[in-house]
Amino acid sequence: MSSAVQAPGTRPSRGPITDLLTGGGRSRRLLWLLLGGLVIFSAVRVISGEEALTSSSTMSAALLLAVPIGLAALGGLFSERAGVVNIGLDGMMILGTWGAGFAGYQWGWGAAIIGGVLFGALGGLLHALATVTFGVDHVVSGVAINILAMGAARFLSELFYTDNEAGGGVTQSPPVSSDPPSFSLPVLSSGPDLLGDLERQGWFLISDLAGILRGLTSGVAVVTIVAVLLIPASYLLLWRTAFGLRLRSCGENPAAADSLGVPVLRMKYIAVIISGALSGLGGVFLVFIAGIYRENQTNGRGFIGLAALIFGNWRPGGLAAGAGLFGFADALQLRSRTAVVALLLLVAVLLAAVAFWQGLRRKALQAVLAAAVAGAALVGFLTIDELPPGIVSFTPHLTTLLVLSLASQRLRMPKADGLVYRRGEH
Amino acid sequence: VNLLRRLGPALLPPVLAVVVALVISSAVMAALGVNPFDVFAVMLDFGDTPAQQTTAMVVIVNRAIPLFLAGLAVAVAFRMGLFNIGVEGQYRLATIVAAGVGAAVALPGPLHILLIVIVAVVVAALWAGIVAVLKVTRGVSEVISSIMLNFIALGIASFLLTGPLRGSPEGASIISTREIPESGQMPGINALFDVLGLANPPRQLYGFLVVAIVVGIAIAVLLNRTRFGFDLKASGMSPSAASASGVNARAMVIKTMLLSGAVAGLIGLPDLLGNTHSYTTDFTAGLGFLGIAVALLGRNRPLGIAFAALLFGFLDRSLVPLQIQDYPSSVVTIVQGTIVLAVVVANEIARRVARRSAERGTAAPVGGIVPGDGGTGVGQSVDPEEPNPPAGTGVGVSRTAGAGQTDTDGRGGRA
Repeated sequence: MSSAVQAPGTRPSRGPITDLLTGGGRSRRLLWLLLGGLVIFSAVRVISGEEALTSSSTMSAALLLAVPIGLAALGGLFSERAGVVNIGLDGMMILGTWGAGFAGYQWGWGAAIIGGVLFGALGGLLHALATVTFGVDHVVSGVAINILAMGAARFLSELFYTDNEAGGGVTQSPPVSSDPPSFSLPVLSSGPDLLGDLERQGWFLISDLAGILRGLTSGVAVVTIVAVLLIPASYLLLWRTAFGLRLRSCGENPAAADSLGVPVLRMKYIAVIISGALSGLGGVFLVFIAGIYRENQTNGRGFIGLAALIFGNWRPGGLAAGAGLFGFADALQLRSRTAVVALLLLVAVLLAAVAFWQGLRRKALQAVLAAAVAGAALVGFLTIDELPPGIVSFTPHLTTLLVLSLASQRLRMPKADGLVYRRGEH
Repeated sequence: VNLLRRLGPALLPPVLAVVVALVISSAVMAALGVNPFDVFAVMLDFGDTPAQQTTAMVVIVNRAIPLFLAGLAVAVAFRMGLFNIGVEGQYRLATIVAAGVGAAVALPGPLHILLIVIVAVVVAALWAGIVAVLKVTRGVSEVISSIMLNFIALGIASFLLTGPLRGSPEGASIISTREIPESGQMPGINALFDVLGLANPPRQLYGFLVVAIVVGIAIAVLLNRTRFGFDLKASGMSPSAASASGVNARAMVIKTMLLSGAVAGLIGLPDLLGNTHSYTTDFTAGLGFLGIAVALLGRNRPLGIAFAALLFGFLDRSLVPLQIQDYPSSVVTIVQGTIVLAVVVANEIARRVARRSAERGTAAPVGGIVPGDGGTGVGQSVDPEEPNPPAGTGVGVSRTAGAGQTDTDGRGGRA
């Protein structure tokens, strides 16, 4: 694969896309890929005339939507690095949204965060109890938690919100009583708003870059920045401290860790509870976006977070990239249905590159398949003006599926992930 | 007594789990200021007149039929260690396409119904097939892909409903497909009540009950009496042992998912053919997820799933009476959720107890094992003719060798 990346002058996306997806690439290769991606995006934007593709409003929406997914994925990272598969992320996220709504309408946004984290952690504790103490299959327990969380949230809403003078009802809470503070980067994104000026010019590449930067720096909530910082913080915690090494050793070889004196079961408990807390925090951000708790607010984002985790090869940087991608797809379908059609052109370009690459590797079947799909996507782009809402609604999920099916062969999960560990049985 | 001793271990964990779940959910209700006994009283109150009581029974059975099929669909995949979480999307997509096709054609009675059934089965099987193909060719976890396909299926279904297959006029509050003509509707089988000498309720018992029973028996035979079923279970218990004995693992994944999907295609049909005759925006949802719970509770055996489905049907029936009496109806979901968690924990405990007593070499009946059941299975062959599904993970494979995901008791035959 290194042969395909050597010349930096060639269009980088032609190199192994899987490298980016597995997160194992060096920083320079990553930079090239980012740049290549930007060039393709700008080109698609100019060709299709869909300003929404790289506009600052789409980007800030993408950031907002990526944060909950990223937090869920981060939760999954802790749990799975400690060897506990966590399908229950979505359930814990649901608990987090409810907790945030309940605390938020009474005591404001600070309490909402605490409430959501606590409720999520409670879900994590339940998962830990089932999988670590009772040795229940991890997927089974996770599925049960998802079902249970839905019921619990409904039940609690019926109990607390139906006759509440503050508002709310069976499916939603009263509105959160205060919004978290937000700020914009001075000069660049507010006041003179230099980036905004650049963005409005519509220049190839430069305006796109300005739009992306402006979207990420204007009107950003402080808590969002904290949430984004949690990703490097998790990296430092898991890969640069003794605690992290111990935690990861439980996911790779618990018996060996045990023999070295690592309290495996306790580590797993801690990891799964952190996992629940982080997914709960993801739920809190969903509540912040809407300003209210609503039933079914997660809309499967916990699962998308799980997919982002797998997509990111169980590493913080990778999962952040995955969350960004899914957040973007989500933002795009919410912002503009016509812009989703422009994505088809993007898919066509990318798949054409895949087809070319597979052709070079003399894998005729894959090449033909990719080329055929690329052609279909191109035809779709040229003939479809606007997709119906039903179809557009699953853009992020389809993106997830496509990316996973293009990427998932080079992934390596923690070695003992999903195994039930009990002392003395190995 | 012998029968009791054999069945006891299999029955004990689920029964215990239900009891524990009831206690836990009562505690939750009591903690939140709802009297659990009043709630249970409402659940058990079937009405006063014989007709009311049989109506309640019909409601329960009508609800249990799709639940049973959903549980069966999940269990088929479960048996081989595959989590088909995509049942939800499979049956919703299958039902709307079948409803559309059924409304578009006119055929003589039985043929019309047959066509609808076949369309539903094929659509759901193909949809499940995508999961299998992605798994064997691209290594995508079936859990993730089937969840994503759920969203995609629901999106496509809503597109079909509001677009090409729309049959209701613009502005109607409930959007629906066009109604399936008389020849494609399945009559109820209320004659059964006259035969049994019970009061004939006003509500129709779904004729699809017969189909569900036939499918249940067919699946039971397929799993327990055929080479395919044996390969399937062997692959679930120990993929390495199965492939060593010549089972093509990839082909098994595809076949199993197709079968699971085919059964999933039937889930929406009892309601479609027997009651609504069209797919609407408020068509029964969530059966796929409940199916997972039902399969776990029924321990992946058709008979167990039937009982689990009846239990869930019973719980679901009380939704409306609870609402009428102003109780939070979501207690039903709570009870169901705790039952599932309790049952998986109970299974695990029973399995561990069984293993321990097997290690001690005393096949204590309390331990929840069949005599001769070696938990650690030294060279114990897996015998498809054995009425109790084979225990042990095959030939001297240790408990954890099956890479965890193959290690639930949820699907296995132990304990």
